[in-house]
Amino acid sequence: MNEIITKEINTSSHAVELQPEPVCARAPVGLLAELTHRCPLQCPYCSNPLELERTNTELSTAEWQDVMRQAADLGILQIHLSGGEPTARKDLEQIVETAAKAGLYQNLITAGVLLTKERLQKLADLGLDHVQLSIQDVDPENADRIAAYKGGSAKKREVARWVKDLGLPLTINAPMHRQNIHSMKAIIDYSVEVGAGRLEVAHIQYYAWALKNRAALMPTLEDFQRTAEIVEEAKERLKGILVIDFVVPDYYAKYPKPCMGGWGRGVMNVTPSGRVLPCHAAESLPGFTFDNVRDRKLADIWLNGDAFQKYRGTSWMKEPCQSCPRKEKDYGGCRCQAFALTGDAANTDPACSLSPMHQDWAKVAALESHTRPPEFVYRRMGKGGTTPHMSEG
Amino acid sequence: MTGTAQPTRLIVTEATRIVIPRHIKLRHDAGRGVWVILAPERVFSPDPIAVEVLQKCDGQRTVGEIADQLATEYQAPRADILTDVVAMLQDLADKGVVKS
Repeated sequence: MNEIITKEINTSSHAVELQPEPVCARAPVGLLAELTHRCPLQCPYCSNPLELERTNTELSTAEWQDVMRQAADLGILQIHLSGGEPTARKDLEQIVETAAKAGLYQNLITAGVLLTKERLQKLADLGLDHVQLSIQDVDPENADRIAAYKGGSAKKREVARWVKDLGLPLTINAPMHRQNIHSMKAIIDYSVEVGAGRLEVAHIQYYAWALKNRAALMPTLEDFQRTAEIVEEAKERLKGILVIDFVVPDYYAKYPKPCMGGWGRGVMNVTPSGRVLPCHAAESLPGFTFDNVRDRKLADIWLNGDAFQKYRGTSWMKEPCQSCPRKEKDYGGCRCQAFALTGDAANTDPACSLSPMHQDWAKVAALESHTRPPEFVYRRMGKGGTTPHMSEG
Repeated sequence: MTGTAQPTRLIVTEATRIVIPRHIKLRHDAGRGVWVILAPERVFSPDPIAVEVLQKCDGQRTVGEIADQLATEYQAPRADILTDVVAMLQDLADKGVVKS
């Protein structure tokens, strides 16, 4: 059950997924553009940092347009327009238009609730390629409770229909956790019903807000295993109809995920204020200065920026990673998780069974998932505070 | 969702006319010197055979006609080519890269 991998690579195929260069990539494949941290939803597992960036620090339209052009020049192929809620930016149209002209493949990662059909039509006309729509559950009451947004669930269903009416491909993204895990089967059915071609059912990864709410979100091992079985069955049954990407919770894994496909290897992230990060949680790491697109070119940051160099490749690794035959498979897992839970970002991610902390860590999940869940700490400006440390478990 | 037919899996045969949907982009990436297929949250790296087959998928020609053409161009047994092309397109259909 530990080897359920999100994206399998079939080597007998004539078209395998493009892999970035090993060790030091010449060019990233994707850029996650966090256009804003504003969002009408307050999901307690938000992947944004606890310290949300304020509106008045956000990059201007012209600055984002410049990022898009620089990204294309650097060799980036896909742009993920994200947030917060990217449609909260009134200039999204101008950014999409520029990115399309630069030849970038554009993916809108949205909660949908702020969209109108006219605006979506306009975005499609300007060159948007794909919509990823999040849902919190299929049960409207529970979904709206998790997002702390009344009526969100009904609106999302409408948005899904618009996406299909406009002929755009649709991905449903359902973050999975203890408080919606019972809906796994219904979420798969929902995705087929609304005409999605792809479903991303990712168990929550416990960083930032999700780490803060870990005890309220952690599923039991048994419940997790049941979802894995449901997904395996559905993948086979829905072959050619729905592509399902399933992400397991780290706490029940044997080996860690190759976070971001390896640090500074294939993906970069630009925050609302223009800071360029190797991953969206990297600001939780101490001792870094993150370059900003306002001061330095994207290509220069990618190739030479301190933050990108720091954990690129494998030379920074300690044991047990350094001598591990898997070191170029999973790159020692997640640096942010290693830091948050061990105090040293160069340590092996405790998600790895070879980490000396793995056993204690797995016990935290067992304990929390069997304890009555606390109330959510909803994602709000200024509500971040501190994260629970492992010793509290 | 009344009036919407249940989606079904495309089974590729000799008679299928394959198209690349609008949202899938087959493109030569000059910087990397490779062909790429851009798809929702995926980038595939097609080999030269896949590129050649995909360039022939215009929604007009059947898979059988594409196999005829390749058999002539490469002076190879048509039956072998057809088997390979069907398998390749089935794989790509299951990945959501092509449709009929």
